[in-house]
Parts: sequence; C-alpha cells; structure tokens
Amino acid sequence: MAHAGTLEINNLSKQYQVKGEALPVLENISLSIKPGEFVSIVGSSGCGKSTLLRLVIGLEHDYKGEILLDGKKIVGTSLDRGIVFQEHRLFPWLTVEQNVGIGLLNAGLSTAQKNKSVQEHIELVGLKGFETAYPYQLSGGMSQRVAIARALVNRPEVLLLDEPFGALDALTRTHLQQELQRIWEAEGITAILVTHDVEEAVYLSDRVVVMQPRPGRIKRIVDVPLARPRDRGSFAFSQIKDDVLSEFSDTPRGDIALVQPQETLGANWQFAW
Amino acid sequence: MSFIQKHITHRDWRGFVLPVGFLVIWTAVTAAGWVNTKLIVPPSDVIAAAYKYFTSGTFFSGLGASLGRDLAGFVLGSLVGVAFGSLVGLSRWANRLAGPTFHTLKHISLFAWLPLISTWLGQGDGAKIFFVALSAFYPVALGTIEGVQGVARAQVEVARVYAFNARQLLFKLVLPAASPQIIAGLHLALIYAWLATIGSEYLLAKSGPGLGDAVIQGKTAFNVGLVVFGMLLVGLIGYALNRIALRAEARVLRWRGRAS
Repeated sequence: MAHAGTLEINNLSKQYQVKGEALPVLENISLSIKPGEFVSIVGSSGCGKSTLLRLVIGLEHDYKGEILLDGKKIVGTSLDRGIVFQEHRLFPWLTVEQNVGIGLLNAGLSTAQKNKSVQEHIELVGLKGFETAYPYQLSGGMSQRVAIARALVNRPEVLLLDEPFGALDALTRTHLQQELQRIWEAEGITAILVTHDVEEAVYLSDRVVVMQPRPGRIKRIVDVPLARPRDRGSFAFSQIKDDVLSEFSDTPRGDIALVQPQETLGANWQFAW
Repeated sequence: MSFIQKHITHRDWRGFVLPVGFLVIWTAVTAAGWVNTKLIVPPSDVIAAAYKYFTSGTFFSGLGASLGRDLAGFVLGSLVGVAFGSLVGLSRWANRLAGPTFHTLKHISLFAWLPLISTWLGQGDGAKIFFVALSAFYPVALGTIEGVQGVARAQVEVARVYAFNARQLLFKLVLPAASPQIIAGLHLALIYAWLATIGSEYLLAKSGPGLGDAVIQGKTAFNVGLVVFGMLLVGLIGYALNRIALRAEARVLRWRGRAS
C-alpha cells in the first residue's frame, strides 16, 4: 500500500500579472490535509480552485506562503504527487497499457515490476481486456479510468483530481464516482478533488472546502461525517448537500461554456460525380 | 457484407477509361499512318524497346542505380530534415536564427540549385545524392516544424508531471505527437526525391547507369520507343513508391483510427 502523504498549505497567495496589473487569484489559503483523507474543493468558476491544484502539483510557480508535503516544501512536479486532469490527456499514439506505463517511466523499477504494476492498475480501474486498445477506441469514461490508473501507478502520496468527471455524461459520472470511492479506499491514498459538483464533493469527501471568488479564498469548510458507501437519497446526505449549496445561493452562475474547436474537413473532399 | 465482397463489388473501373482509351487511339492513329511514326512511334515499338532494354542487362543496373540514389538521398535529406525541424520547432532561439533563412531559401526552385551543385560537386553520384537529399529535406523539415510546434501544451504538462527528461520529452512526446505531420512530410519527400533522382540523371548526364540516363540515350539515338518506355517506367516506379508510402503511413498512424 502506498504511503499516504500529509499536505499542509500555509498562508498561500498567488497573483497573475495581467497587462502590468496584479490580479490576485488566491489569497491567504491555509488548509491541512491528513494522510488518507479525501478533501474536495468546490467553488464557482474563477475562484482559483484549479490554480490551487496546479500549485500543489507543481505546474504553477511564484506563490507566497508554503505548500508542504510530509513537512517538506514542494519543488516543481514530482512522482510523489499524481494528477488527473479534466481532459484525460492520454497520448493517442500509445495503447492503454503503454499510457499507464508513462506513469512509471521514471519510477526506477525493473521492467517486470513495471508490467506487473501496470497490469494491477488496469485491473483496479476495471479495464482488463482493453490493454492494447488505443485511446480513440475508448469512451470518455474509459479514457478517464486510464488517466486515473496512470496517476496511481507509481503510488503517489497524494492524488489530485481537477474536475475529472466534469466532461462526462451524468450516468457515467455517477458510476465513476463510485469507482473512485472504491479505488481511494483500496489505495488508502490522500486525495484532493476540485469540482463544481456539490453532490460529487459530498458523496466522496471527508471534508468539503467551499471557496469564494475574486480573490479566491476559503469561505467555509464542511465536515461530512457519514459512513461510506453513502446514500445520495438519504436525509443526512441532502442536509449536508443543502448546507454546502446554501453557500452559493447569492452567487450568479458564471460557468463558461467550453467550445470545442471544429474538426476541419481539410483538402480531402471531392464531389461524388 | 464481407470485406472481400465489398472490395470486389465496389471496385471502380472508371480510372482505367482514360489510359485504355488513350492506348486504343494511339494504336489506331499509328496503324492508320495518320502521323509521322518516326516521331510518334506505335505501341509495338515501345514494347520492343522495353524487351530489348530488359534483356540487355542495363535495366537492372539502371534501376538499381536510380533507386540507390533515390533512397540514399531520401534517407539523408529526411534525417537532416527531422533534426533541423525539431530544433527550429522546439527552440525559440534556433527559430529566430535559422527560421527566416530557411523560409527564404525554400522558395528557390530545386532545379535552380543544380548549376551550383554541379560546379561544386561535379556530375557524379555525390552531386546527384546531394540534390535528391535537398529535395527531400524541405518537405520533411516543414512537416516537422509544423508538427513540433503543434504539440499540445496539455500534453507537455503531462510530461512534466511524470518528470520526463529532455530525451524522453523528444522521443516519448514531441516526435510521436508530431508524427502525423512528419510522416506527411516524408511522404511528400519520397515523391520529390524520385522526381529529383530522374531530374538529376537528365541534367547531370553522362555519369553511369540510371533510368534517366537510359531515356537520354534513347533520345540521343533517336529511339523514341525507349524514351516513351523510360517515361512509363519512371511513372510506374513513382506510383509504386507512393503506394508503399501510403501503406506504411496507414500502419504507423493506425493509432489515429479510421475517423482521422
């Protein structure tokens, strides 16, 4: 079993420079996450929740404050922190098992150990039998499972999830939430989930961190003291969900529609006659 | 419907209408004597020239020599093209330094290089292979630059998360991600290289065997049959090379699926 990490965020602030002016995105974030804990961060668009995750994974720099993993300040990206992005970001030229293997490229294991670990994690995410499939042959949900396996395969101490199910249909999303719950319990890993789906956050987390925008701050932290697996229809569940939702009641919805670039026809067309 | 059945019933014969029609008209006008058959020889002359050329032994040495130059130049030009394209595509510094020169030089017609090449390298195989390599270099370099510059930022972040070193970044991400454009460049380069091979044999003549050389000899000896046969052969080999390239492309890029 992986060693679960302790994540400590102290007085974290981050600002972008936009046209010479400082634009604060995160202000004075302090959050302490215990080993093996599942914490969700919810907030409307622009509250900096994704930026927070990108700082923890090490893809963003130039912040004030501290991010400590097991008491050590994080420097850049590292194999001890895994991430699943909103888009699966698989390499389309690699098969499922090769994509998962990317997670072990620099893990310092023997080939046999790598193969074994890849195989185990493909089974863990329920994709046995799809090892040699290419991403174009997979559905969105299956691709995201591969991305989860890739993030977990080198046994990171913390798993970061940046709206991992945001682009999936409702049925697949519900199913993958259950799967994620099972995987998290099986791996005993510390997990941080960024989402704008309050039900998802309450279903999965020990604690739900509510953020508010401009600049991004922690508004409130809600404990979810319910036993797992949780019943979404239960009264206790709805109460906590409503409690979290009440924090958003005065916030206008500012979700941005993602416009996919149009596939071009290219020069490869002709009239049929 | 099975694949084979579909293949047979959907076989489109319309592509043969023009060549067969041309052959019929050609045979008719030469047989009827409507044209000067010294200049426009009948098909039988071409077949006779082909037979003589095949049996004389010069065919295989000529074909081998031409394909050898083609391949040597293609490989050389492609390797340099991928290396140069990767550098210019990846390094802003290299792009600023070499980009403008490259994009200017590519507008010089390839055949305009020949006088300079023959002045420096003579008329031998060295000059020919250099010319073929140059013709292969441009499309491969252009394809590589386009492909490398098109690598998605999202995928570079994945590489950073998994701590790729520079070598892994190049060979595990950048080149595979750019491979559709690189392969399109290689495909074009294969066609250009063959055109350049024959072109160099025409224009840097009198330097050993080759298909282009055979055509020149045919012209010198006023053997129009041989000239026409040589042209047909050059076209058929170019067609075969293109088919091989398409097959290889489909195989290497099978990860893209049927949709793309």
